[in-house]
Amino acid sequence: MRARRTSGIVHRSGPGAWLLRGLLFTILGLFCLYYLFPLFVMLATSVKSLAEIREGSFLAFPRDISFEAWAKAWGAACVGVRCDGLQPYFMNSVMMAVPAVLLSTTLGALNGYALTKWRFPGADIIFALMLFGAFIPFQVVLLPMARTLGELGLAGTVPGLILVHTVYGLAFTTLFFRNFFIGVPDGIVQAAKVDGAGFFGIFFRIVLPMSLPAIVVTVIWQFTQIWNDFLFGVAFTVGDSNPVTVALNNVVNTSTGVKEYNVDMAAAIIAGLPTLLVYVVAGAYFVRGLSAGAVKG
Amino acid sequence: MATVSLDGVRKSFGKTPVIHGVDIDIADGEFIVIVGPSGCGKSTLLRMVAGLETVTDGEVRIDGERVNDKEPMDRDIAMVFQNYALYPHMSVFDNMAYGLKIAKTPKPEIEERVRTAATMLQLDPYLARKPRELSGGQRQRVAMGRAIVRKPAVFLFDEPLSNLDAKLRVQMRLEIKQLQRQLGITALYVTHDQVEAMTLADRMVVMNAGRADQIGAPLQVYADPRTEFVAGFIGSPPTNFIDPAALGGQGARMGIRPEHLALCPLPEARVAARVLDAEPLGAETLIHTRLPSGCLVTVRQDGAAPIPDAGAEVGLSWRAGDEMRFDAGGRRL
Amino acid sequence: MAGTGFLTTLSRGFERRLPLIVVSPLFALSLFFVYGFIAWTVWISFTKSGVMPVYDLSGLAQYERLWTTPRWYVALKNLFIFSSLFIGISMALGIVLAILLDQRIRVEGVIRTIYLYPMALSFIVTGTAWKWILNPGLGIEKLVRDWGFPDFTFDWLVNPDYAIYTIVIAGVWQSSGYAMALFLAGLRSVDDEVLKAAAIDGAGAWRTYTRIVLPSMRPVFLSVVIILAHLAIKSFDLVVALTGGGPGYATDMPATFMYAFAFQRSELGMAAASAVMMLATICAIIVPYLYSELRGARR
Repeated sequence: MRARRTSGIVHRSGPGAWLLRGLLFTILGLFCLYYLFPLFVMLATSVKSLAEIREGSFLAFPRDISFEAWAKAWGAACVGVRCDGLQPYFMNSVMMAVPAVLLSTTLGALNGYALTKWRFPGADIIFALMLFGAFIPFQVVLLPMARTLGELGLAGTVPGLILVHTVYGLAFTTLFFRNFFIGVPDGIVQAAKVDGAGFFGIFFRIVLPMSLPAIVVTVIWQFTQIWNDFLFGVAFTVGDSNPVTVALNNVVNTSTGVKEYNVDMAAAIIAGLPTLLVYVVAGAYFVRGLSAGAVKG
Repeated sequence: MATVSLDGVRKSFGKTPVIHGVDIDIADGEFIVIVGPSGCGKSTLLRMVAGLETVTDGEVRIDGERVNDKEPMDRDIAMVFQNYALYPHMSVFDNMAYGLKIAKTPKPEIEERVRTAATMLQLDPYLARKPRELSGGQRQRVAMGRAIVRKPAVFLFDEPLSNLDAKLRVQMRLEIKQLQRQLGITALYVTHDQVEAMTLADRMVVMNAGRADQIGAPLQVYADPRTEFVAGFIGSPPTNFIDPAALGGQGARMGIRPEHLALCPLPEARVAARVLDAEPLGAETLIHTRLPSGCLVTVRQDGAAPIPDAGAEVGLSWRAGDEMRFDAGGRRL
Repeated sequence: MAGTGFLTTLSRGFERRLPLIVVSPLFALSLFFVYGFIAWTVWISFTKSGVMPVYDLSGLAQYERLWTTPRWYVALKNLFIFSSLFIGISMALGIVLAILLDQRIRVEGVIRTIYLYPMALSFIVTGTAWKWILNPGLGIEKLVRDWGFPDFTFDWLVNPDYAIYTIVIAGVWQSSGYAMALFLAGLRSVDDEVLKAAAIDGAGAWRTYTRIVLPSMRPVFLSVVIILAHLAIKSFDLVVALTGGGPGYATDMPATFMYAFAFQRSELGMAAASAVMMLATICAIIVPYLYSELRGARR
């Protein structure tokens, strides 16, 4: 985040200050627990046995750690009538997210570049109109999208979801890259024009190498959004082509047989693991995505 | 090397005209400086020569050939930008070599040309560095080097020194002038700094609100400004303007340069004035006065001359013919 | 010679139009998939479409039906309760946490990461835990009873009158860290010189925050309200994962209402009409905001 500016307004010395500081850390620490405890509940429950879950409290640490529930969630849990675990759906999400992230990022970068660095008449209006697409409630496009996917023969398929995520991700990615490219001095682009570089030459040799942070932010943001999507997944796929979020919801809401809470929790962690990992490894970039795109919500 | 001609060049952004028809003929090897206040259209004019802006009307010719519809790289020009516009992710060597690489120049020749330019600009030790590892003056040299290696027919400079501190600016000014002489390349240089214009130019173009008010050698423009604007813009401190009705005489406005005024005893004075303040600068002293009509007038005198007290009444005199008279439209009479 | 000249001119002309050639198909995609689709949905909302779309206009019939459907009123009431509490609590928590985190804390980065991680996870994932925590037989209620309070009840999740508040609890948990991050960025962008001037004028910490820092953050407050309102109107995962809209349809919101009518009950006309109402609400909030943001950016 940005440089410390207002920091330390409440910063005096003396015993009173020590007390204040102790209080401050206590409050901040309590909130850490508040934010972390659902994650703890998931982790702890996922390694407990069903018997232990029934006897003990959900806040208790596990006595015997067992990864059986994880193995079952991955390979044998029942999603609807099929009992192969989350694995195939996890792969669906990978097959969906990777191309959709790459496509929407690449196209957004090109679009943002053309709109900011080659300002042609109407560029501003085109941008404003495209930006609006990032804010619409997707309910308003669900019905026609379902029909269009049907017409294209993509209904209920992973490629269909790739198309949906690319199209509706484009507004976000264009906004990200436009905001970044506005900060790239026009002089550099003009210097490259004088040097004889063309539209794509400047894009690939000059602008993109300067934009690594923007690319990382966009890729991380898009990956998180697409991986976590539930609405498009549940509306446009059925059974075998479900992404992992939809499959997880089906696992959790399956009411037949004995309810295996540890398997539910393990399945939830597995489904959330990729975005959690990305966040832990590159959280700073995710936060930059959040605030850079504050205008986008 | 080449001549450059601008023939009735106009530019409009949408419906707003910003350049109202400019004619300039630049001889081979000449150093031309376009000077004017911000917003006068000088940078736009330069960018039209570079091919970075389209020409709304009129013709731009380089070496006699119309280039209106040519891309920048086909115009045989090189340009130095205001903020240097170096590629931040490339080394100094690659910054200079980029244009040659695009032009598919053979590798050994690129190497040779970049090395020569680097030596000329004392950049040899820095070739492997990134721009952010250089000082302002060094970045400026890299920007020049990038222009030199292309061996262009015309050099274009867009306020290249405005980001340097005062001392470095004087030094780089001399280097640019020497380099241009040495290479004998036609140069077109844009600045808002009249000192830069005076010292660099073979001829200068004074721009005002989209028009070229005057084109000529610096000293000639100084001595014989064609418009009120030029008289006011060229020279420091600026020309004093007086309502001639107070003194008698023709014209709507009268201008007189501070250095042409002298303090004198009241009986010999052309006009009396009250001293407001004096600024001793060492070699010279600036004396600010107010005429009875209310006009403020600055007098520049030798630093050794006696300085009158604030509030004193003094006489002002000048040699006949030193005053410049202008009509209501600002034209010189 | 003439031939190459012609080709050069041709390729130059192509090069010059490249930006437009690149943008046009992307713009066309957006025109079709955003504006075209909105138009289609609006059209359908004026027809008698049921399981299959029909294209004969029948006026405002669907809207009349929508506004006489009790379930729609439940959805609207829930949206109102949810968004006012969600926005209010998230903002209050966000600003307090931001100020607390702004006190030169060495582990700030770690704490920020912890506060913000719920935004990085799908609520379908974290909702699994919340459902468990809020479940009377398994979660907090059981915990407190096991501690020795056998009469303690906390059954909001399955109580039609209170279930919507469990969605508020989970929603605040998920988004308050985000509000905190936005406020923290706002705090950090207050001009340092102004703060020094305040310190020289002898303003204490409390005065500095209440009189100088917070008032100068008015635009940030507006942004956060709009961002959170936008999240609230769109919230779908939250409801589906936590209550599935139940008990009955007690926790329905417009997003789940539309989904239920479109994909479970196959009443396309009603679904379209409710989607159009959602779009209108979002437009009323977002369009003026975007307009001023874009204008501000240009200035």
